[in-house]
Parts: sequence; C-alpha cells; structure tokens
Amino acid sequence: MSELQIRDLRVSIATDQGTKDILKGVDLTVRSGETHAIMGPNGSGKSTLAYTIAGHPRYTVEGGSITLDGEDVLAMSVDARARAGIFLAMQYPVEIPGVTVTNFLRTAKTAIDGAAPSIRGWRKTVAESMAALRMDASFAERNVNEGFSGGEKKRHEIVQLELLKPKFAVLDETDSGLDVDALKIVSEGVNRVKADTGLGILLITHYTRILRYIRPDFVHVFVDGHVAEEGGPELADRLEDEGYDRYVSGTASVG
Amino acid sequence: MPSAPQTASAPAQHGLAEHSHGGWATRPVQSRAERFASSHREDFPRVTGLEPEWRLTPVRELGALLDGALDGGRYDVEAESGLASVTWIPRDDARIGSAGLAEDRAAANAWESVEGALLLSVPEGAETELVVRRAAFGPEPRAAHTVVEARAGSRSTIVLESTGAAQLAENVEILVREGAQLTLVSVQEWDEDARHLASHFARLERDAVLRHIVVSLGGRIVRVNPSAELAGEGSDVEMLGVYFSLDGQHLEHRTYVHHAAAHTRSRVTYKGALQGAGARSVWVGDVLIGPDASGTDSYEQNRNLVLTEGARADSVPNLEIETGDIVGAGHASATGRFDDEQLFYLQSRGIREPDARRLVVLGFLGEIVQRIGRPELERHLHARIARALGDPEAQAPAAGEAS
Repeated sequence: MSELQIRDLRVSIATDQGTKDILKGVDLTVRSGETHAIMGPNGSGKSTLAYTIAGHPRYTVEGGSITLDGEDVLAMSVDARARAGIFLAMQYPVEIPGVTVTNFLRTAKTAIDGAAPSIRGWRKTVAESMAALRMDASFAERNVNEGFSGGEKKRHEIVQLELLKPKFAVLDETDSGLDVDALKIVSEGVNRVKADTGLGILLITHYTRILRYIRPDFVHVFVDGHVAEEGGPELADRLEDEGYDRYVSGTASVG
Repeated sequence: MPSAPQTASAPAQHGLAEHSHGGWATRPVQSRAERFASSHREDFPRVTGLEPEWRLTPVRELGALLDGALDGGRYDVEAESGLASVTWIPRDDARIGSAGLAEDRAAANAWESVEGALLLSVPEGAETELVVRRAAFGPEPRAAHTVVEARAGSRSTIVLESTGAAQLAENVEILVREGAQLTLVSVQEWDEDARHLASHFARLERDAVLRHIVVSLGGRIVRVNPSAELAGEGSDVEMLGVYFSLDGQHLEHRTYVHHAAAHTRSRVTYKGALQGAGARSVWVGDVLIGPDASGTDSYEQNRNLVLTEGARADSVPNLEIETGDIVGAGHASATGRFDDEQLFYLQSRGIREPDARRLVVLGFLGEIVQRIGRPELERHLHARIARALGDPEAQAPAAGEAS
C-alpha cells in the first residue's frame, strides 16, 4: 500500500506579465488502488497539478508538499520521481526524432528497474501490450510519437503505463481528442493496468465522458487553483448535468 | 610539373570577376554553374577570407594548403576489395578532369600537385563493396586525387575512411556511368589537429543513382564540398551528411547539385550537432536547376542542434531555377537549441538527464547514420558519437540493439 500525499500545494508560473499564482493551496491524498478524478473548467490548474507532480521546470512550487510514502517528491529530479513510481501520461506527448519506440521503451524500462529486461521476454511483453491497445506492431520501429495521430500518441502513453508499472499514474486529459472507440481502448488499458498492479490513479479531465469507462472512487472539482468540492462518483454525474457554471460564477462574485 | 592547365569552357568573363575583385561585396558570379574553374593554383587570387566561398572558413590556419607546396606523391592505402579494383593512374588518364575541375585555390593547388590519382573502379554490371582506409598521410602538407568509377549497370558501396594526422587538400571525382548505382561514404575521423580541404565532383550519366554520404567527426578544420552534376536524363542523387563539431572544431560542407538534364531528382539532407564554446559548423547548399532540366524534383535541407552556449552553426540554402517546368524544388534550414520538452518527456520516464540528452542527440544524428546501410560502420559511428557525448559505456554497441 502506497500513498501520494499533497498538502497545501501552492504553485506559480513566470509569465511576461510577471509571476502568476496557479495553485493556491491544494490538499489531496491518493492511495494504491484508488482512482481520483480531478475535474474542472479550463484554466483551473488541473494540468499544473499534473506537471508539478512530475516536476516540469516551468512550474515553481511556492509552498506546501508532495510526498510519496513519506519521501519528499519535490526534492527529487524529474527522472528520480519516475523511478520512485510516479508516471505522467501527457496530454501532448513529445516527438523524439531518430529514437525508435523499441529503443525508448527499453531504455525507460532499464532506467526504472535499474537493470535491462531480458531481451526475449521483453519483446513479447511489448508486443502484447501494443496489441492490447490496438497499436500495429510496426509502431515499435517508428520514432517516438513522430507522425502519430492524437489517438496513437495517447495509446502509446498507456503502453508505457502498462510496461513501466508505476505506483501512481497521473493521466492528464488522456481523453482529449479521442473518438469513442479509441476512448474505450485506452480506458480498458488503464483498467487492465489497475487490475494487474493495483496502482493509484489521478485522472484529470474536463469532461465526464471518460468516467463512464474508468469509474472514479473520488471526484474533486478544481476551481481557481484549489479544490472547490469533493465527493464520490455521484458528483461526476451532477457535473454532467449542471456543468461548472455554479463554481465559476461563485468565484467571479468573490472577485 | 603538370602539363598545360585545364580550364573551364567559359572562364573569361567570370574569371575576370573573380580575379579583379576577390570581395564578396562586389558583383557576384551570376550563376553557380559559371563559377570559375581551373587546375592551376595561380589562376586563383590569394585567399583573403572575404570571398563568399571562404568567408566562413578560418583561412588563416590554411596557408599551407592554399599557398604552399604540397606533396602529391603516392601514399599508403589499405583496401578490402571485392570485385572493385584499386590502382594508381597517371595524371594524363582521360578520366582525370572528366567529372569536374577545381573551383577554389586549395583544390587547384591539390590538382596541380598530384603525381597521379588513386582509381577505385567497379566493373560493368558488378555488384560489390569496397572499403579504402587512409591513415598514413602524416602531418606534412599533402595533395591527393581520387577517381571513383562505377561502370555501367554496376551496384556498389564504396567507403573511404580517413584517420590519423593530416594536412590534406584533395579532389575526388566520382563517375557514375549509365544505370550504375553507387553508394559512396566518406568518413572523416582525423586526429584532432588535422586540416582537410576536399572537393568532390560527381557526374551522373543516364539513369545513374548516387548516394553520397559524408560523415565528419574528427579534425581541427574539415571542409568537404561535394558537388553532383545530374548530366544524364533520369539520374538521381541523394547527398547525406552528418557532423558533430566539438570545442575548437570547424566542420564545413558546401553541397552543390546541378540539374543539367531532364527528369532528374536530388535530395540533400545534412544534419549536425555542436557542443563546446568554439564549435563551428558551416553548411551551404546550392541547387541549380538548369534550362534543360524539365521535370526536376529537388529538395535540400540542413538541421543543426546547438547543445551549448557559444557554438555557432551557419546554414545557407541557395536555389537557382532556370526552367519553369519542374516537379518540385524546396529547401529548409533550421538551427535550434536542445528541446527541453524532449528532455522532460524522457526524464519523466525515469531516464537520467545525461542519458536523455545522449538519446536525443544520437537520435537526431542517427537519422543519417542509420541510412548508411553498413551495420558495422553504423555501430562504430554511433559509439563514437556517444563517446563524444560522454557515455562511458559507448565502447561497445548498445546492448540488444539488434531488432
């Protein structure tokens, strides 16, 4: 049983107009086996939370803490966080010319495990994972994300999730840009990984659509850099009917 | 001493332009095809470093090759030869000068200094490979002339590997006869204080296909200027280049493709990385689509990855079109810094920063290396680049690389 704990997290970014506060005190605890949906309107800080957990240098932590089983995540480099068991499935995965998927996956697996996987067993594992996500075997020899469609990039992220077996996964708008078929394939992949490894999931999304396929245990509504409301899956159903207007107008009246 | 100097067909006008000014701010040569050419050094004015073709080159360090006497005698070569022959031919062999003629002072100095040429010849219709290793030039200024002849219908790969100490000015003529398919790989892995000025002149006959690959890694100053004349209808040239310039290195490549005949195709792709404060690279890519080259399909590009502050990459594509009836002609040039988003992506998968950097640079340069088509050489170059990037384990090829 592992625990990812976020306490009073405050994060800013540098803009042309000066420093801008994005997260204004976020508290969140995710345990192994739990799925937490982070929902909220655009600009509420959902993706900032995702990238701050992963350690993107663009975001400055002004205060608060992130710990993984008591270890200070904020003190770790980006790669050390990944080796500690944190995985970020990105909304816009990056293209890496000249680096094949095969080479990339093996290098990442070796880094995470501290030892190279056995060649034959690894190849089979990769092939199975790609097949399960309906990625053609030819993708293995293509360069990372280069020329991939939006849906192929997302499926490739879930292949990595399955192969790298993290303790916690942050899925940043994994549903964006997917048609219904692709959404099902990706969701099945996430559910399969969860069943196999019992990881904890932080599912960041604007829409409730993906929550029909990946059932959350907890729903947190993000507004203006903090958690405005929390609840069980029923909260997502209410958001589907009512949208975010209630929260957004409330914020606007405060100023 | 050489016989009467050979000169290009219309030197008067443009020779005059070259001779009378020597400054790039004055009237430029009108067309790339009309650049002055001669086999005689003193037909070219002394190089000041202001000339368009020299202004990006550290000419002050090249006096010996530009102005000095060069030893043009035979040198030791080691060859792994199949059906191709490796022989020395005298200066008056008709093949010398049949693919081109020196277009700068260093090339002319080499041209008139050599006693003969090394001939690498692939027989008609043969399929074969040839590796020629040159490691014994030594530190004294030298000249060399090489003629590569791929006879009609042959299919071959020729690798020219250069290592060791060198101060070398040389000309390489590449004759690709009708229907021949030749891959020529020129690898410069000189000692770190070497100076090397090379001009390659390829001439492609009807339906000939040339893949010309330049790999420049070692040497203080390396300047390789490959040109290809698509003289025969349906001929096809692909020029690939990869270079990695470290602190204090100047690596320069000036490519020139002349579409002289109809339905010809060219692709030029040069990629380089630079690391270290004094690292320099220059790429100038000229493409000329002549009046008879209807149906031409041409594209050239250069990409540079600048890894550290203070390194400098110059990149200049030039396109001249003298006929409107073409399939396509394009060029691209991009010089960028290391992409931090790529780094973040790899690190977020657990890969440590130095390893992530290496992966990105190897990937960037590897796109060219992996097109050589000779696995052993590819692995060697891959490991060498990895070592330059600080990988302590790059002696051997990466584990399990085969796929």
